[in-house]
Amino acid sequence: MSESSHYWYRACFAAEIPRRGSIRVSHGRLKIAIFKTAKDEIFALEDKCPHKGGPLSAGIVHNNCVTCPLHNWDISLESGKALGADKGATARFKVQVSDDVVMLYVKKTPSLSVV
Amino acid sequence: MKSKEQLVVIGNGMAPGRMLEHLQEIEPARYKITIFNAEPRVNYNRLMLSPVLSGEKCYEDIITHSDSWYAEHNITLHKHSPITNINTSEKYVTTASGIQKQYDKLVIATGSKPIVIPIPGHDLPGVMVYRDLDDVETMLSVAKKCSNAVVIGGGLLGLEAAAGLSAQGMNVTVVHLADHLMEKQLDKPAALLLEKAMQARGIRILTSANTAQIDGTDKVTGITLKDGTTLPAELVVMAVGIKPSTELAESAGLSVNRGIDVDNQMRTSERSVYALGECVEHHGNCYGLVAPLYDMAKVLAQTLAENSAEYSGSVLSTKLKVSGVDLFSAGDFLGSGDSDEIVVRDAANGVYRRLVLQDNRIVGVVLYGDTSDSAWFFDLLKKQTDISDIRSTVIFGAAYQGDPNADPTSAVAALPDSAEICGCNGVCKSTINTAINGGANSLESVRSITKASASCGSCTGLVEQLLTLSLGEQYQPAELLPMCGCTELGHADVRRLIKAKSLKTIDEVLQALEWSSSCGCAKCRPALNYYLVCEWPADYADDYQSRFINERVHANIQQDGTFSVVPRMWGGVTSASELRAIADVVDKFNVPMVKVTGGQRIDMLGIKKEQLPEVWKDLGTAGFVSGHAYAKGLRTVKTCVGKQWCRFGTQDSTALGVRLEKYLWGSWTPAKVKLAVSGCPRNCAEATCKDIGVICVESGFDLHFAGAAGLDIKGTEVLGHVDTFDEVEEYVSALLQMYREQGHYLERIYKWANRVSIDEIKKQIMENADTRLAYARRFSESQLIAQHDPWASRTDNNMQANEFSLKPVAAVEVVA
Repeated sequence: MSESSHYWYRACFAAEIPRRGSIRVSHGRLKIAIFKTAKDEIFALEDKCPHKGGPLSAGIVHNNCVTCPLHNWDISLESGKALGADKGATARFKVQVSDDVVMLYVKKTPSLSVV
Repeated sequence: MKSKEQLVVIGNGMAPGRMLEHLQEIEPARYKITIFNAEPRVNYNRLMLSPVLSGEKCYEDIITHSDSWYAEHNITLHKHSPITNINTSEKYVTTASGIQKQYDKLVIATGSKPIVIPIPGHDLPGVMVYRDLDDVETMLSVAKKCSNAVVIGGGLLGLEAAAGLSAQGMNVTVVHLADHLMEKQLDKPAALLLEKAMQARGIRILTSANTAQIDGTDKVTGITLKDGTTLPAELVVMAVGIKPSTELAESAGLSVNRGIDVDNQMRTSERSVYALGECVEHHGNCYGLVAPLYDMAKVLAQTLAENSAEYSGSVLSTKLKVSGVDLFSAGDFLGSGDSDEIVVRDAANGVYRRLVLQDNRIVGVVLYGDTSDSAWFFDLLKKQTDISDIRSTVIFGAAYQGDPNADPTSAVAALPDSAEICGCNGVCKSTINTAINGGANSLESVRSITKASASCGSCTGLVEQLLTLSLGEQYQPAELLPMCGCTELGHADVRRLIKAKSLKTIDEVLQALEWSSSCGCAKCRPALNYYLVCEWPADYADDYQSRFINERVHANIQQDGTFSVVPRMWGGVTSASELRAIADVVDKFNVPMVKVTGGQRIDMLGIKKEQLPEVWKDLGTAGFVSGHAYAKGLRTVKTCVGKQWCRFGTQDSTALGVRLEKYLWGSWTPAKVKLAVSGCPRNCAEATCKDIGVICVESGFDLHFAGAAGLDIKGTEVLGHVDTFDEVEEYVSALLQMYREQGHYLERIYKWANRVSIDEIKKQIMENADTRLAYARRFSESQLIAQHDPWASRTDNNMQANEFSLKPVAAVEVVA
């Protein structure tokens, strides 16, 4: 998939995300969880655990990973990969923050018009 | 019937306490016992003062005999009542307040006093000794305010005081007269290793240092050494030794040398007067360690029971109770001209072992760094075993006297049955094994049956190894399991340290307890959050990001990421308007499924996260509060209809259930808590498999607890019987609070009860009114803060509202 099919989308304000927590945004049918770590780093993953589809946005954030609330898989916020003995990965998205605005680099959806 | 003989005991320290325990075992009915104690407290374990000072334990942890023990054994204890006079001819004692008490037999156990060196400034405020709990409390309060401390004396007590003060955050210097630390127990090489270990904790050690004076005018400002060195200090602790307290015995005309003279039966020079403990001198020896005192206690109990027993002196061994420093010494560790020695050193690993031998028999032992073989060596020493056959390998320990690749328990396995495992309480291996074979399957049960490891605790590892040897994998030392991968500490330690060190945020805990991860993990953070909520109900701000999602959004997450919502129905009672409101919510939000729960409530399933605030708002308007179906807290109180309707009902079980639910909901607990109230013993509300159950009977209420009907199935245990609704509320809330304070996170009541023992819980709640009321009070205090409806309080908070939002992203044109 070429880069030109992706756009930067404005998602939320960084201040809206609790430290060691997350906020959810949608993009068409896609749900994205945007996380903020204890060190104020921001990461974005599809809100769907590679295991059984659990909402990662509802997990506990510790260090640079999140624990899925359904079956306690640890997912790396940096790579989207399951950690430890578990295998699998969830989609991750590039994030940019400027002036507190969090932007995500997401595939353009035909149904959404560019503002 | 002949009236009981009067036994009067002066002093309530560890030696008389242990003596009375023995006496209760062998001759419980013979004496009417009265104790006069100068201290205002019950008997506590003085050996454990150092862990209290360092914050690893608290006063309650070190109580040997609580008030109820004295009551149970019909012993009268006068606290705060020093005896000022003994009249041996007319056989009575007089207290400071003038009370007289006749005796048939008298036991003097006045203990010892710390030595205060009479140098200039020794009486300034801020100069203290380290002897009893008052001293510890003073030191703790000073440590909070001041930063520099000097400890004079580098012996056992001085070093423990130094380590404790250092753990409390003070800069500590130890000033020691001899040229190496603990010269009465250690040879120089071991002392140097010890010195290094103390320095590694930030404690400064000055040896060959002679204190000239203590500086200051109206309070301590520092000390000056004979060589002119000055050290600033706001606290000076003198720990240079003890001397027997003999004034009372002397004035009564007893024969006193350094201590009160006693013979092999612990008799003093006066008829019917006995003495034991640190105040006595036996064949020229005074003892200041606990093992000899306990040996004396055994002998005196037998003497008082008129059995023959003989005390023939004790062989001493020493351990230092500073966590992380393992050292052991026993016997004549210095040796003399005609003794040999075997030494092993591993300086890099801080290990040093030295055996002093005479005629192929061990006469002295010094171990530093690895003391796992101390029991084995001490056994060889006491028995004067000829070691010629194993002389070449003896230094490596018991494990190497056969299979060189033996596992860690082999050292214990190799010990003979008569080997002493617990030096404090004189418990040998066979006694412990008998207890284990008799059904003791945990450290606690071995402790309560044999007393092994119940005093200073340094043989805990050995006792655990014996449990492992006998029970194999059935034995799980839960206390010692680390909480999670981020720490070595177990749940109990973490809770204790949170309290001791006044840690009030998760970050403070992670920092102070040296967590190995930067912000914890999904296992420890919810546990820490609970411990902090429970310990500091008024101060701690609940950290929602450390809570499991269900407690964060007050609903139950389902496999598809939607939630289920359960409003509270008090005691399972509902009404037409409530049911109508639920029906309206179901229609309005198109709730896919409605189900009746096992806890007598209604569950709405399939609600999307973003719908939750609206759902709560509608339910709240109709008068519902959250049912906490997700919570580690009170879930439901299941009831039957009771005597209001049922022809068998004995009490109004429904009203009681409603009242309990309204009183108990709100505060968080270690794991979920389910209650039930049945109106008669037919038990339709199934109260006997609940965490807490009440069975109504004609005469009142039977209280039950520690049932389970989940992964494990277990009937409840009977807590006791009470008469009124008010009492049910008091006893049940006290039980719940005890569980809140002691339970490990995620540990249900039945598991907690198993761990701390059913009997202990019964004792605290049913028999000990003070304790019960204190628990009940702490519960109600916690409720003041915790009892608010989370649904109502969450609807208007902005930051938390973001938790539920799901806004679409908006495309932007260019990003630099």
